[in-house]
Amino acid sequence: MNDFRIPLGSWADTFIDFITDTFGFFFDFVRAIFSGAYDLVDLILATPPFWVIILVAAALALMIRGWKFAVGTVVGLVVIVGVDQWENAMDSLALVLVASVLAILFSVPLGILSAKSGVASSIIRPILDFMQTMPAFVYLIPALILFRVGVVPGIVATIIFAMAPGVRLTELGIRSVDSEVVEAGQAFGASPWRILRQIQLPLAMPTIMAGINQVIMLSLSMVVIAGMVGAGGLGQQVVASLNRIDVSLGFEAGLSVVILAIFLDRLTAALGNGNTPISRVLAARKRRAHPVHAPAAAVAVEPTVAPAVTPTQAAEREPSRV
Amino acid sequence: MTEIIAVKAEVPASEAEQTETAAAVAPGIAVKADRLYKAFGRKPHDIVKKLQSGASRDELAHLGTAAVIDASFEVQRGEIFVVMGLSGSGKSTLIRMLNGLLEATSGTVTVGDTPITGIPAAKLRDVRRQSISMVFQHFALLPHRTVIDNVAYGLEVQGMPREERLAKARTIIRLVGLDGWADNLPSELSGGMQQRVGLGRALAADTDVLLMDEAFSALDPLIRREMQEQLIELQAELGKTIIFITHDLNEAMFLGDRIAVMRDGRIVQIGTPEEILTDPANDYVAQFVQDVDRARVLTAGSVMEPARSVVTVTAGPRAALRTMRDLQTSATFVLRRDRSFAGVVRDRDVLKQVKAGDGDLRAIILDATAVAADTALVDLVELAVESDLPIAVVDDRNRLLGVIPRVTLLAALGNVSPTTGELPVMEPPATISMSIITETLRETASEGVQP
Repeated sequence: MNDFRIPLGSWADTFIDFITDTFGFFFDFVRAIFSGAYDLVDLILATPPFWVIILVAAALALMIRGWKFAVGTVVGLVVIVGVDQWENAMDSLALVLVASVLAILFSVPLGILSAKSGVASSIIRPILDFMQTMPAFVYLIPALILFRVGVVPGIVATIIFAMAPGVRLTELGIRSVDSEVVEAGQAFGASPWRILRQIQLPLAMPTIMAGINQVIMLSLSMVVIAGMVGAGGLGQQVVASLNRIDVSLGFEAGLSVVILAIFLDRLTAALGNGNTPISRVLAARKRRAHPVHAPAAAVAVEPTVAPAVTPTQAAEREPSRV
Repeated sequence: MTEIIAVKAEVPASEAEQTETAAAVAPGIAVKADRLYKAFGRKPHDIVKKLQSGASRDELAHLGTAAVIDASFEVQRGEIFVVMGLSGSGKSTLIRMLNGLLEATSGTVTVGDTPITGIPAAKLRDVRRQSISMVFQHFALLPHRTVIDNVAYGLEVQGMPREERLAKARTIIRLVGLDGWADNLPSELSGGMQQRVGLGRALAADTDVLLMDEAFSALDPLIRREMQEQLIELQAELGKTIIFITHDLNEAMFLGDRIAVMRDGRIVQIGTPEEILTDPANDYVAQFVQDVDRARVLTAGSVMEPARSVVTVTAGPRAALRTMRDLQTSATFVLRRDRSFAGVVRDRDVLKQVKAGDGDLRAIILDATAVAADTALVDLVELAVESDLPIAVVDDRNRLLGVIPRVTLLAALGNVSPTTGELPVMEPPATISMSIITETLRETASEGVQP
């Protein structure tokens, strides 16, 4: 019995060695791009004084969700400044943004592919299961070897860990678009690309946005783990406090992660249901600017119609249908 | 005697009407299906081969579903062709093969002059854009687009510039009665209005052929009726070829120039509504049509009987009286010299005239109701109540085609035979006894010619 040993581990080791030797230039290239992107975003977030960033975040919150959320955002971010974690928080935010954008760029097209093709779906699905359930630390090891210590292995591990819900919810969203509406597109001779662009993606958007929201939340939860491979930011603070059994630092850094998480979650969730204050303002302006479609007859009908369904009410009904 | 009996209808009215409608549009075949099969399952072609070599649908159930079996028909331009069947009869599958949404397992579909089976996807899309559009059961509107953008969708796909297509969509919106709703979202409209948008979208695409898949089934009965009537009007105005799917027999009978009845994937009968109703191909169809509102489907022309009690004006009162005596009726129809319908004479009046020795029937002709052959039975009921005389059925030159006694009308509505024995129906029954008539004829015989 002692002789029975499947050398899966050493195979994986050999495989990674092979990849490092053969595709080293490729990984250097990826590393350069990822770290460049991270540096750029980090520069934008960390250079201005903290109150500028807080004002921008509050403005976003006001436009996308409303004044209560804007006030909450200001309070939360001021707390981060108050516990002296602002720069770390901005480093982490930069990492989350870069990793999320890249994860979305990969996962949405993959989701579309698996919605369109049963074969692709049956291949992609088990890979997603694998990526999601494999302990996140395990990605860090090959990522470290391939990309060396620093922020890049953190980004790569985050992308792999966070991609799954993006793919899954995109696929689900597109597949659950009313098949009769898709048939209508086909029946009028629309090409598959046009159907995807004009029917499937717009109708699947709430579900896809829920997926994107999940991608961002998972990215944030990877921040701490990324700190272990030298990604810096709040994760590094948490790891340091763990090593020193430093409760106060641990709590402050941890709380900062939570504040960032709540901000990003509420922001993207509001984007997902498509009913934002800014979109209401734009829609109202558009209606005022283009009464041209409604000729004289519209005026006669409108008074009986308009009180029944105002644009706002119509828009408010939207989430319940989703 | 022979010349005064029976002017018989040669051509059933519905057929004559159909050729007229087809002539208004360019004649020809709009859609042709030839030996169409569609099977679902792992090996659809095997299923079709076995079906073709005589296997039944149930025997092959373990291999998959044979949704459509050996369907062949031709739809004329400008025709409303209804495919009717219960759910699971394969009608939705059949209609989806006509525009290639589903690919036929075997057989060919031709739209206009273009065969659409086995052609590349891009070419199939061209056919859909140019020749055949569709209205869906649950409307299938784009919920994120306004009514006008939905109506213009087909034109957008065809590549028409924005201003042009919106202008065209606006006229269509007026046509389907949605003025003032152009900038609303579909969710702000009622079901009936949403389907008007669906209909408008199909009409705007300006294709010759319209497929309508249970288009009115999701609507309330009142709205459905209104939409059916509007569809008939639009069809008359625009001359589209419409292929309409429904499970509602009354709807089929109301809309269809011809109806194909489907059962278990097969077309069991194709015919005009009256043919289906009066001459069902088998028990299934007969059972299916027994609940139909016969009063609205059957027409005067299809139930009328040969007019027996008829005289020409020139034959004179004695001939009229003899006819009534022989047929034991109390009235007889009178035709003019050109055989056009003049009216009716009663036995009492004729008897008086004969006694008085007056020779002109024209003096005593009463007005009688005459209807066209395509009048629905529902419109005859009131006439039948008003007068005990049979209703005369005339053609467009006012020539007598036949008559409908009350008994015949009731029998047609109740779907029973109008006679119980050998005797034909004679209405109204004689009121003056035969002996009196015979006596009178003999007394006055010296003045005229002996019978």
